[in-house]
Amino acid sequence: MTDNDILAAFADIVYEVARIDASIVTPEKRFVDDFDIDSLSMVEIATAAEDKFGVSIPDSALSDLKTVGDAVAFIAKAGVAA
Amino acid sequence: MTVRDVVVTGLGATTPLAGTMSATWVALLDGLSGARPLDAPWAADLPVQFAASAAEEPTARLDALTARTLDRSQQFAVVAADEAWADAGTPDIDPERLAVVVSTGIGGITTLLEQYDALRERGARRVSPHTVPRIMPNGPAAAVGLRLNARAGVHAPVSACASGAEAIAQGLDLIRAGRADVVVCGGAEAVIHPLPLAAFAAMRALS
Repeated sequence: MTDNDILAAFADIVYEVARIDASIVTPEKRFVDDFDIDSLSMVEIATAAEDKFGVSIPDSALSDLKTVGDAVAFIAKAGVAA
Repeated sequence: MTVRDVVVTGLGATTPLAGTMSATWVALLDGLSGARPLDAPWAADLPVQFAASAAEEPTARLDALTARTLDRSQQFAVVAADEAWADAGTPDIDPERLAVVVSTGIGGITTLLEQYDALRERGARRVSPHTVPRIMPNGPAAAVGLRLNARAGVHAPVSACASGAEAIAQGLDLIRAGRADVVVCGGAEAVIHPLPLAAFAAMRALS
């Protein structure tokens, strides 16, 4: 999976949880400041991402994921199951 | 000691008769009933075969994100509060002088049951992080309080079927005590589900 593939699949999750249009879910966007996503919805996004990408996102890592790009990079590094 | 006058400036309701206060009132004056047959398959074995379910789905008046994060009882509370707030002319008020007292007798029981299924079938990590705010009895009050930015207090006096009436009485008291100038108050419930129906029937509280 390329980073772009991860981004596209991740954007679908963000839409599913927070109803943010996938077309504006771009790497530089910040979850809180740009999308107004609260901490509970971030947990939902992380859980859905774990299911979709087959990775583990511990709570300690979640708080460091400030932007969409941070999340995509974390998922890519954690080793995406094809 | 003089008693402060308190007036009602706005009304809202979504009921078995209609999705708004004004349409509910017209239906009441026309003598219509909100009771209807329960023809869903899940109701087939229940001892009671009718209920007064909502005339309009609350999600019809909510954005998708709000609808997704709220329990159905909270959706009803928010829809009715929105209508009341608009009916009052969308008051321009200091949030520190605005309170909410919205009650429920049971609250988020359908969320509780749905999340128990998620726990049993998919494990603890698949329980929604929104579960607690959706099942707590003050959840409808909290949802309305957040939506209207009420900071003079957000309360939920729970007293069975009298909960909504008690909420209105407490709203009156808050204004008379000088703790708020405007209070959004009322009640909401969403218990048309096989378990609550079976439970009320078991105590012979349904006809």
